[in-house]
Amino acid sequence: MQLVHLHALNDFDEWRLAARCLLRAGLEPDEVVWRDPYAEPELFETADPLPDGNRPVNAVPPAFLALAQTVVSHSDPQRFALLYSVLWRLQRDRHVLDLATDVDVARLNKMASAVRRDSHKMKAFVRFKTVADDSGIARFAAWFEPDHFSLEITAPFFARRFDGMNWAIVTPYRSAAWDGNQLTFGEGGSKADVPSEDAVEDDWKTYFSSIFNPARLKVAMMKSEMPVKYWRNLPEAELIAPLIRGARESVQQMIERNASQPPSRHLRKLERLPEPGAPFAPLTTLADARAAVQNCQRCPLHEHATQAVFGHGPERGQLMFVGEQPGDHEDLAGQPFVGPAGKVLDAALIKVGIDRDRVYLTNAVKHFKFIPRGKRRIHQRPDGGEVQACKFWLDLEIAQVRPRIIVALGATAAQSLLGKPVTISALRGAPIPMTDGTILFVTNHPSYLLRIADQAARETERLKFETDLDMVRSAAEHLSPALDTA
Amino acid sequence: MAALTMRRKLAILSDAAKYDASCASSGTEKRSSAGTGGIGSTEGSGICHSYAPDGRCISLLKILLTNFCVYDCIYCVNRSSSNVPRARFTVEEVVRLTLDFYKRNYIEGLFLSSGIIRSPDYTMEELVRVARSLRQDHHFAGYIHLKVIPNATPELLAEAGLWADRLSTNIEMPTDLGLEALAPEKRPAEIRTAMARVRGKLDEAAPDSKAKAKPRKFAPAGQSTQMIVGADAADDGAILHRAAGLYSGYKLRRVYYSAFSPIPDASARLPLKAPPVMREHRLYQADWLIRFYGFDVPEIISGGHDGLLDLDIDPKLAWALRNRALFPVDVNRADCEMLLRVPGLGTRSVDRILVTRRHHRLRLDDVARIAGSIDKVRPFIEAADWSPGHLTDDSKLRARLVPPPQQLSLF
Repeated sequence: MQLVHLHALNDFDEWRLAARCLLRAGLEPDEVVWRDPYAEPELFETADPLPDGNRPVNAVPPAFLALAQTVVSHSDPQRFALLYSVLWRLQRDRHVLDLATDVDVARLNKMASAVRRDSHKMKAFVRFKTVADDSGIARFAAWFEPDHFSLEITAPFFARRFDGMNWAIVTPYRSAAWDGNQLTFGEGGSKADVPSEDAVEDDWKTYFSSIFNPARLKVAMMKSEMPVKYWRNLPEAELIAPLIRGARESVQQMIERNASQPPSRHLRKLERLPEPGAPFAPLTTLADARAAVQNCQRCPLHEHATQAVFGHGPERGQLMFVGEQPGDHEDLAGQPFVGPAGKVLDAALIKVGIDRDRVYLTNAVKHFKFIPRGKRRIHQRPDGGEVQACKFWLDLEIAQVRPRIIVALGATAAQSLLGKPVTISALRGAPIPMTDGTILFVTNHPSYLLRIADQAARETERLKFETDLDMVRSAAEHLSPALDTA
Repeated sequence: MAALTMRRKLAILSDAAKYDASCASSGTEKRSSAGTGGIGSTEGSGICHSYAPDGRCISLLKILLTNFCVYDCIYCVNRSSSNVPRARFTVEEVVRLTLDFYKRNYIEGLFLSSGIIRSPDYTMEELVRVARSLRQDHHFAGYIHLKVIPNATPELLAEAGLWADRLSTNIEMPTDLGLEALAPEKRPAEIRTAMARVRGKLDEAAPDSKAKAKPRKFAPAGQSTQMIVGADAADDGAILHRAAGLYSGYKLRRVYYSAFSPIPDASARLPLKAPPVMREHRLYQADWLIRFYGFDVPEIISGGHDGLLDLDIDPKLAWALRNRALFPVDVNRADCEMLLRVPGLGTRSVDRILVTRRHHRLRLDDVARIAGSIDKVRPFIEAADWSPGHLTDDSKLRARLVPPPQQLSLF
């Protein structure tokens, strides 16, 4: 029987060195007895020197090293033996750790997660207290009782977090200290080694009791996340019992007390508000309509869209383009034609020589219609009722901008303007005189081009789209030679 | 009026902040004070430093800058018609309190909100000043969550995102009608526009592999929102539909559901009864299914009744019981998507099943060891040595899987 006496409680490198010697010597797990410094030596027991050997040692998966580094901090006296036994098996089968169902592997995983939890709780429940000092530099100390030997793996976290502080954490088995430059470890200590109070503690207790909502008592939940064993070192814990005791009564009192007379400050504010039911001002300008459309609830689309996207362009203009509805980008930006389809339109306008800044751009429907699909919003075509409801706003825009030529982009826009369902192919390519004297052109919506997968077909459609727009340009020039042909 | 002590202000302004459900301090960039002489760090996953008896974690110092407010939202304890005691912190006081608490390891950082005073811009500017001072004057590297005041200028929003880890704009109510009824001065479109602006800034800050210059960082922990549940008549379908729309539209990290809880000096129009905490819990579970399990809202709602989730069983089990034709699922063959739909199997269990089954065929015991508990799983799976037979279709299955009633709260 080989006896291995480790000097440290949780030194991974020390264990690894020993384990490697044992593997070289070919010692099976049940031929080795591991002792940590806490273990009571048996009578006449002395540590054997580590054996020598020259058997080859296989590399182990990195996952095992990570696991072992955590597990050595566990308080179970069996940890070293268990690690050696799994290491032994890994020499023959590299996939042992993949078997989540293996008894040893499950035990190691459980031990590792207990250590991680212990370390996490240390990060959470260490409470620093100010150490009285004449030097003028604030110094802090905390007493903590971990279940495992987790101070060493946790202290670097505190060093990263509290770089500009001098602090020490004292545990029963060891202590850690940071002086602003260096992390050092020393002997363990006792609760009496750190101050029992702190000047800020009463503020903290005030916060703890005020943030508690007595109407939602969930004591079991609290205890599962903040186990009672930690309470003796948490200053706020003494408040928990009285808070629970008083909860029911304070909620009852709150519910029974009727709402009081509002304060005079509030009543003065009410006096300054306009009378409810005051008549709506008529929408006589584009600016009025732009403001009012944000409150539009003529159809249900307002509910999930970000905002109404009103038209954009000169207050008076000869040319108006009407699309279907804002898309994802337009909905977020509050501007029409700023997304991918807008880019296609821009390119075509430049190509045929129409200055976008002199065109009034808008949509038949002002709110974005979509269905959520994971992290994306999928565009949905507005139905006839929605188009009809929104015609009010489009009519207002037409009445204010007074365009001579309107271009309907896509079937929805054409339907809105003509008041009936239409097909693009039947109408495109020729001006349509409207009863109010404007001229309507119909073409595809630019997003149609984006949906064509085949490059050659897309190119053909793009040329047709540009031809349509070119016809619009020459019609506009015919109306007014002054229209920019940049 | 006599000046309030600091401690009295703290009591008033933390009491006023306790109805906001969000508490997380997770999901931000990795950051530390190492070598800076400052204090603070964030390492991805947040830390809960304490728990209140209401079961909620205390991770951040959650306070209002002031609980004075010009708005009169009926559900809110700080509405202008309420007679709660009022207080206001100075920017310096909040900074000092945050640092004092942080240095004692009470908190992970600050979650600062505010009643709206003077104007949205004025209020937002004050919030931004606190965060700026913490970061610039004190080299504070801890977590900061700022509340966005809808209608504040985009410039203030942009600066808020420079200092804060997370920004949140509360949607408040599940439907616009609900908001109109209970918060007549708030405009739903303004709230959503604020979220859209934050999203735009988040998009700008997203690293672009093609661009050489690294974009300026903006709220690395993203944005979140809160919805009050049970103050109006909106059903779970409306709530989840709203949430799904918000996730897809504004890249939200989280939607927090807050069971409406009685408030002091409350209006008679409010339901003054125990908060529907079980409903809130089921909504969180449903939200989880939408974000991580590939469920969509109609599927989840179809597991309940009349637009409400089943309160007795979790929404995944409710869905499975209504869709038994899709079960049992063979744990040795089924694809990941289908395994994720098995009640009792979480994402981690499914990952471990997928790895383990590469090496040997899983038996029921193996699944039990991986899942931790097998009762809920058993009727819905097949394993090497197990077939549920008629158990899947047993009419008493639901009754068997409903957990025994337990006392949830004092009421």
